[in-house]
Amino acid sequence: MSKRIDVKDLNVYYSKFLAVEDVNINIEARSVTAFIGPSGCGKSTFLRTLNRMHEVIPGARVEGEVLLDGDNLYDTAVDPVTVRGQIGMVFQRPNPFPTMSIRDNVLAGVKLNNKRMSKSDADDLVEKSLSGANLWNEVKDRLARPGSGLSGGQQQRLCIARAIAVSPQVILMDEPCSALDPISTLAIEDLINELKAEYTVVIVTHNMQQAARVSDKTAFFNIAGTGKPGKLIEYDDTTTIFNKPSIKATEDYVSGRFG
Amino acid sequence: MAANQTLQRRQSQLTRGHLPSYAVWVVLGASVILGAALASLIGFSVVGWAVISAVVFVIAATLVTAVAEGERKAKDRLVTYLVYGAFLIALLPLVSVLWTVLQRGVPGLSYNFLFTSMNGVTGATDNQALENGTPVLGGAYHAVLGTLQITLWATLISVPIGLLTAVYLVEYGAGKNLTKAITFFVDVMTGIPSIVAGLFAAALFALLFGPGTRTGFVAAVALSVLMIPVVVRSTEEMLKIVPNELREASYALGVRKWRTITNVVIPTAISGIASGVTLSIARVIGETAPILVTAGFASSINWNVFSGWMSTLPTFIYYQILTPTSPTAPDPSTQRAWAAALLLILMVMLLNLVARFIARMFAPKTSR
Repeated sequence: MSKRIDVKDLNVYYSKFLAVEDVNINIEARSVTAFIGPSGCGKSTFLRTLNRMHEVIPGARVEGEVLLDGDNLYDTAVDPVTVRGQIGMVFQRPNPFPTMSIRDNVLAGVKLNNKRMSKSDADDLVEKSLSGANLWNEVKDRLARPGSGLSGGQQQRLCIARAIAVSPQVILMDEPCSALDPISTLAIEDLINELKAEYTVVIVTHNMQQAARVSDKTAFFNIAGTGKPGKLIEYDDTTTIFNKPSIKATEDYVSGRFG
Repeated sequence: MAANQTLQRRQSQLTRGHLPSYAVWVVLGASVILGAALASLIGFSVVGWAVISAVVFVIAATLVTAVAEGERKAKDRLVTYLVYGAFLIALLPLVSVLWTVLQRGVPGLSYNFLFTSMNGVTGATDNQALENGTPVLGGAYHAVLGTLQITLWATLISVPIGLLTAVYLVEYGAGKNLTKAITFFVDVMTGIPSIVAGLFAAALFALLFGPGTRTGFVAAVALSVLMIPVVVRSTEEMLKIVPNELREASYALGVRKWRTITNVVIPTAISGIASGVTLSIARVIGETAPILVTAGFASSINWNVFSGWMSTLPTFIYYQILTPTSPTAPDPSTQRAWAAALLLILMVMLLNLVARFIARMFAPKTSR
């Protein structure tokens, strides 16, 4: 259960400001795709257009097509809520619901949508999701405790468990490790490697080693200057991007040289 | 020679002169004695003694510190004592009010006062009680019931309206002209004098049900005019501080906006909302003028807010003081008024405690 994403001629706006210009990209199913690039180049903005989270911001809009296994997400008849049910998201800062226990956080996607579920089914789902996020052994004795009592890395894995509990086709991760220490980062990276067996994973990261470690393909975004739109510069296999990029800007960026 | 032997005890380079901790108490004692002496020069009184002692103490402590510890410490001490002084002055009226109400209210606070109304209590009853030295009859039961019923109905009207308005302002209307208009009018409503709210409700019901319609419900409408802006403002502030990340987390799980609001945003803010609502109740529970023009005045129990006049504790106090039940012997009435005042303060205190309890119960848990 995972789907591919094809983006055609996508322009992303904040009101009148063109933030990302003319992106064409094909993201394979059951793979990890990394977006890298300098701050403000629009990678997070672009990521948020892939599950229609971009339009939550007032004035934000999109032109172009995003196809999930051939179906356009931005068709006028499409309900964004359906899209987000299929394409889950993990954010930069861990954001478990503070009013809910660990168990309820995992079940949030089900419970908040008011779906009925028997207690044993719910127990199974909690265990499956937490195991899937490599968190089950650490929290199985305190499922009724508040989720905000966990450490940062555990909270982030809880958020991943919460995202996979609604069984999405695609998981988007917006710098999931930037607020975490190296050990928690390693745990998340291992998890990403396991997740790609079942899901399509797209990850935005500032850490190029991380992109090199976890991703199959890498997309490099860049920006010509402040106020200019971000653009997709190069998209290729991760090994190619890091070893033999065909564009000079990419090579400068991945090797740490700029300008 | 071992290294530690070279370290001789000497004056540290990092310290300066330092007063021992008892110095303040010595200065205080001296100031009190000096204050007593100065006060008796101009005619002794406790207030004069306290004020003069305080002034002497602040000056003396500052000077002593300036000499012993330096100018910066002296400034620190001066400002510290001035802040303490401001705090004590601010506290004085509060303590004084509480003390007066307790002193005069407690004698009247009997079972009889709490659980009987003024029904059948006339001037003759009061005169008799005074002559025979028997306990004062008659009480504020009807007024307590009236207060509870009217406030309950006012809350039932204002909380849904206020809550939904705040939800619109924060969640749906950001940046819209309607939002600006609502915010403006809510601000204006906050400043409406309570008597005007009372006249509005009275006029509204006079139009709808004929002139002279005075019931508990009319009073509840008047009070809700006063409550709604407070509820809107406090709820709005609470909803604003719910982190946007939680809303996005919920959207990203494919949860609809209204379910996100009811199941994520409001539960996260509920403790603040609850205390805001309680504060708004505390604001209107003591209103007198709007009750007088909307619910009239009653001396017997009325369980029905939709018909008949009704009393609340403030109007009860007002009438007991202004028109004592027995014009020739106002003391029993005065006693009942003070007891009712004490009861009102107790109710507001209880409400505040309940609000704190609710806030703690609903507060997001962070324990490990």
